[in-house]
Amino acid sequence: MSRYSAWSVFREGLRKGKGWGQAWRTPTLKKAYDVVIIGGGGHGLATAYYLTKNHRIKNVAVIEKGWLGGGNTGRNTTAIRSNYFHPESAALYDKSVQLYEGLSRDLNYNVMFSQRGMIVCAHSVPEMEMAARQCNAMQINGVDAELLDAKQIQHLEPALNFGASMRYPIHGGVLQKRAGTGRHDAVAWGFARAADAAGVDIIQNCEVTDVIIQNGRCTGVNTSLGEISAGVVGAAVAGHSSVLADMAGYELPITSYVLQAFVSEPIKPVLNAVTLCPPFGTYVSQSDKGGLVIGGGLDRVPSYGQRGNMPMQQTVLSAFCEMYPSLAKVKLLRHWGGIVDVTPDSSPIIGPSGVEGLYLNCGWGTGGFKAIPVGGYLLAHLLATGNHHDLSRPFGLNRFVSGRLIDEAASSGIAH
Amino acid sequence: MSMRRIDNFGLVDRAKPLSFSFDGRRYRGFDGDTVASALIASDVRILGRSFKYHRPRGLWSAWSDDPNAIMDISQNGRVLPNCQASTTYLEDAMSARAVNAWPSAARDIKGGLDLFHRWLGAGFYYKTFMWPDWHLFEPAIRKMAGLGSVSQDVLSDYCADQTFDHCDVLVVGGGAAGLTAARAASEDGQNVCLVDDQRLPGGGVYQMQSVDGQDPSDWVADQCKAIRTAGGRILNQTTAYGVYDHGLIGLMQTHRFGVAPGLIRMRADRVVLATGALDRPITFPENDRPGIMSLAGSAELLARYGVLVGQNLAVVANHSLAETSIALLTRAGAEITRIDPKVRPFKAYKGARATGLKQGGHARLFDAVLTSGGMTPVIHLWRHMGGKLDWCETRQAFLPAETPAKMIAIGAANGTFEIDVALEEARCAGIGHASLRADTRYHITALWPEPASKGRQWIDFQHDVTLKDIEIAAQENYVSVEHLKRYTTLGMASDQGKTSNMAGLAAMAALQGQSIPEVGTTTFRPPFVPVPLELYRGPHREQNWHPLKRLPLENTHRAMGAALGEYGGWLRPGWYGDGDPKTQIAAEVRAARTSVGLFDASPLGKIDVMGPDAADFLNFIYYNTINTMTVGSIRYGFMLTEAGVIYDDGVVTRMAHNHFVVSCSSSHVDGVRMHLEAWRQDGHDPDNIYIHDTTQHWATATITGPKARHVLNSLGLDIDLDGAVFAHMSLRETQWQGTHVRIARVSFSGDTSFEVSIRASRAASLWDALVRAGAPFGLCAIGIEAMSIMRAEKGYIIIGKDTDGETMPHDLGFAGPRIKKTSAFLGDRSLHTDKANDKARRQLVGLISENGLLPTGAHIVHAGQSRGYVTSSYDSPTLNGPIALALIANGHARMGEAVEIWHLGETQTAEICAPCFFDIKGEQLHA
Amino acid sequence: MQIFPCPFCGERNETEFHFAGELGKIRPDTTADVEADAWARYLYTQRNEKGHVREVWMHIPCAELFVLERDSVTMDVLGSHPLRKPPK
Repeated sequence: MSRYSAWSVFREGLRKGKGWGQAWRTPTLKKAYDVVIIGGGGHGLATAYYLTKNHRIKNVAVIEKGWLGGGNTGRNTTAIRSNYFHPESAALYDKSVQLYEGLSRDLNYNVMFSQRGMIVCAHSVPEMEMAARQCNAMQINGVDAELLDAKQIQHLEPALNFGASMRYPIHGGVLQKRAGTGRHDAVAWGFARAADAAGVDIIQNCEVTDVIIQNGRCTGVNTSLGEISAGVVGAAVAGHSSVLADMAGYELPITSYVLQAFVSEPIKPVLNAVTLCPPFGTYVSQSDKGGLVIGGGLDRVPSYGQRGNMPMQQTVLSAFCEMYPSLAKVKLLRHWGGIVDVTPDSSPIIGPSGVEGLYLNCGWGTGGFKAIPVGGYLLAHLLATGNHHDLSRPFGLNRFVSGRLIDEAASSGIAH
Repeated sequence: MSMRRIDNFGLVDRAKPLSFSFDGRRYRGFDGDTVASALIASDVRILGRSFKYHRPRGLWSAWSDDPNAIMDISQNGRVLPNCQASTTYLEDAMSARAVNAWPSAARDIKGGLDLFHRWLGAGFYYKTFMWPDWHLFEPAIRKMAGLGSVSQDVLSDYCADQTFDHCDVLVVGGGAAGLTAARAASEDGQNVCLVDDQRLPGGGVYQMQSVDGQDPSDWVADQCKAIRTAGGRILNQTTAYGVYDHGLIGLMQTHRFGVAPGLIRMRADRVVLATGALDRPITFPENDRPGIMSLAGSAELLARYGVLVGQNLAVVANHSLAETSIALLTRAGAEITRIDPKVRPFKAYKGARATGLKQGGHARLFDAVLTSGGMTPVIHLWRHMGGKLDWCETRQAFLPAETPAKMIAIGAANGTFEIDVALEEARCAGIGHASLRADTRYHITALWPEPASKGRQWIDFQHDVTLKDIEIAAQENYVSVEHLKRYTTLGMASDQGKTSNMAGLAAMAALQGQSIPEVGTTTFRPPFVPVPLELYRGPHREQNWHPLKRLPLENTHRAMGAALGEYGGWLRPGWYGDGDPKTQIAAEVRAARTSVGLFDASPLGKIDVMGPDAADFLNFIYYNTINTMTVGSIRYGFMLTEAGVIYDDGVVTRMAHNHFVVSCSSSHVDGVRMHLEAWRQDGHDPDNIYIHDTTQHWATATITGPKARHVLNSLGLDIDLDGAVFAHMSLRETQWQGTHVRIARVSFSGDTSFEVSIRASRAASLWDALVRAGAPFGLCAIGIEAMSIMRAEKGYIIIGKDTDGETMPHDLGFAGPRIKKTSAFLGDRSLHTDKANDKARRQLVGLISENGLLPTGAHIVHAGQSRGYVTSSYDSPTLNGPIALALIANGHARMGEAVEIWHLGETQTAEICAPCFFDIKGEQLHA
Repeated sequence: MQIFPCPFCGERNETEFHFAGELGKIRPDTTADVEADAWARYLYTQRNEKGHVREVWMHIPCAELFVLERDSVTMDVLGSHPLRKPPK
């Protein structure tokens, strides 16, 4: 792997880029690997990377049915945050933020983690009380949090609607300064490049057609490019977790929904932070390129359709205009949808699948991007050791039997 | 003057001159011009700058595929960012500024960035800016990026009209094919809607000498007349920008500058796609220079706006359709020099106010170089609809493959470039028949980017993606089209790849040794053109975004000086009077505690559940036992989810043996009704249960306090109000002034209370009567804030405030049914999971503190961990001190313990107590 | 905007409908002992099929539950019938 740096950019500029090597190889599929990871999105690639880095396991294949990073990694709103209520969630997501904080240098790939802060607004006296509950929870969990009043929010984000006719007037909110946005494709590419450099085979355009189970144990997968045997298999196939479960014969508490996102034409900087207004269910940031990046809630109809539909567009974009009326004249450039795994408590599932030798990383719902580093970190730990890392233990499938759900919305009123 | 208006060409109204400015200089144009056509007519060559290198940009084309001339435009104080000059119709006194350029597009101070281009190639930013930290570089990069500037003014009356519409046949595109199809369909008796995005339909027909033997303008007028005569509609300036599930088509109808466009959600039984084709650029060194533009675009400038881009023109083209454009330009007096693009090397260079071309050692200057690399059918909507594409080797283009349901492509959009064939195809499509694609007379020499050739060759003009960038992307293995797009930003500019995608794909195909169809296309995503976000807002704004529910007594409350606010989706009196709210609220509590308060409880849910199975049904729905209730009795209970969590609380009244009224929280009425309906129909016999929500039919006035009975007595009702006879938790029905009233003796305040319900239309009379009757007793109207304090004093909970999404009834001290109830009920099994049995569950308790009011939202902490939180906290006017309710882990067993309270970094202590601070023995409640 | 067919009211805009769950969930008899994992399966497990799905929906204005069959990829509606009256 040729190292990226200001110097290498300068040098390659002089010689017209002749020295840039492949970001990753196009390897030939081998017959057997120590670990096979199904799904070449952020989580799958991060898993491969951390297997090589933390566990020195390098005989690894990542199997991707399309192009790497082409699922939800490449179609989200790029928010990264750890403003969680439950200690289990806070520990998980804050680990992810910490990994993100060093990720560009760790991977030698600029993922542009921009810690511009995230504001979750409160729009009434009761919401301010909930904001205080949330803010205190974060502080106790060791996550940075500040409770702001309306003036402080206006100072941070002057384009927000503080007019008298605003449907839900802003009373204040919670700020997490360490939250922000990242460059989503770069996260996938950075992990892919680093994993590839460590010897991982990333196989694109290879679809898993069946999971091989012998004597109750998963021993490999059949793919469109042939059979692969594996010491152990990890599944990180957000959006299609149930399809894989059906193949392998385990059950999941997951429903697939479309989550839409929207981006405007680029404009000069007008927004500073990532801002969420819960009663509108809409959050907004501005990309480094200048586009307004707008996200909202799930579509109303369970779907594998990977495209958006008008009712939610209407809800999210009218809410955006209510939040930022001066920006209603800006034009929408693109919108898209990703298929997300929705669990009953909106928390992820990390752990054994119920089929021996097959481990899961799924159920991230609307918030998988921010968890890519920790999702990979924890699945790698499971694959390498067969045991839970302390951070992932509360997130196993068994929580649905014990009733120990980790439902963020339940305590804070704010969904994942 | 090298660029000028030509007499007898164009559709602009030369009797209506308009004045405007661009980058501070004044120009003139005509009504019917676009900003771009007027600037070209005024001999302005540089209309913009590219995104990254700030290279000068001229106009590329005359309609929505132009990626170059993007402007912030203002008129009469209204400023719109990022307007496409080629699709913005000129209006008087417009002032336009090129985006991303200062002080002007012609003299942009950042033009020098181009000198550093070799270091700013594809994806350079992924490889650097990592040390010491991205945050050091990001602010400067953000400032450099972005196109237009957005003023922070809110445009007044900028509100999109939104309508639903339907037709039998929607024809998209009003060119020759579209007009013909629309005419055939409407004359066939179908309800036809033709949409065209220009002011005048006709598409490219004005470039032709004649259509069907007629002058093009006359022909268009005839078709329009025939369509309208047959009952069809023609919507001008209307763009079909997206197709959504179940064939819904989004139409954007644009109006004058500064007026919000309208959204039409169109449903059509059939869609005829007549969207034409776009001219694509030719990739050669320095092909981005101002003065190099689309041949078809230059023909359109002449045909529609009477603007000839120059006298001395070079034409670089590789296909037969170029001849039509050349003929048109020649008729207008241009001298055409044909350049064969196959003879390489050839490159452009900069001449003073001219564009130079060098080929085979010869260098020549032209007023403009018109290029045409072939026609690309506009099949965006086809792809939105799920239609497939086939690669056509003859036409060197992707064409619609087998027809998806309900959509037919015709004319140039279908690769039918010959007018006679297109018209026949259109007539068939109009009456519902897709034609077999005929052999074409169109011929084209394949001409695609040649990797490894010399010079800087632009693929994406706006985003400065060059052939070299694509070569680097391929070298670095970003070879999937989506990786290519994302890594280089190819096709992600405001034209969304209309000019660049084909060349980019072809370049990658060549680099990979693959054919173009093997490389494939990227996804075509809506919208086809950028649409203002306002389009989706329309009337969904301000209070209409989610309208409040209103009380029948709203006017009465206003007259009494109520401070109205939103509570659970209702507009309700928070308190009365305009003094200091805290003081007012405290006074209301004291009045209600010492004499009597009057409270509007109308939003409380009132859902009738009737029928022979009603009792057993509610016994299943409720945590508490319901089927043993006697007629006329009232019971407090919880509805749980199947996960055992409290969903709602409230009282149930048994009105008759087979008739109950479920009184749920005011914000939960719709949800509870659906919850009841779902279980009624799925799991019970729906023929034996009937559910009817009557919440809005009734108004409810609550009289509460020691003098409540006296006030009610003064109404002269014929019921015995004596506490021994009319006990707490029971109901009476009677008449008041000829109107049926229900009187429920229930209490949310903790004092003796009566809820008097009457039909909504009589609410004001009842309220006034109570106010009059109460006057001698010192009656005081109280708002929801006072009621919230009083219920907290008594330890009554508010769902969602004093409970959370994990709270089960035994956490609130209601453990009985969990252990004793033998019949099945919702959520029963979930009350016995590991988590439900956990000793550390958060339980409802009271807190007393010697340090004043505890902040609501503060946490109870132990050993650095949260053990619960303060859910309600007030300065109690009744107790003259602070009270608080809290959910605390294992709280019930910890009465009297001191706990540490954390709030925003500060800590204090408080003591756990029972969650009841008032009338602990219930004497006043039952009095 | 999808168009769903309410068997009682006819075709209506998708915004009038509420997804009530997958068809075929049977509530365990909770008057007898129910194993924790059987209860969890009833509460949470989803088939979540890609392709032909059979679901229970409510048409909110008429409050009737019905069975909707549709394709979860193409979003095509394949049919609907009242919850209590399966088609013959």
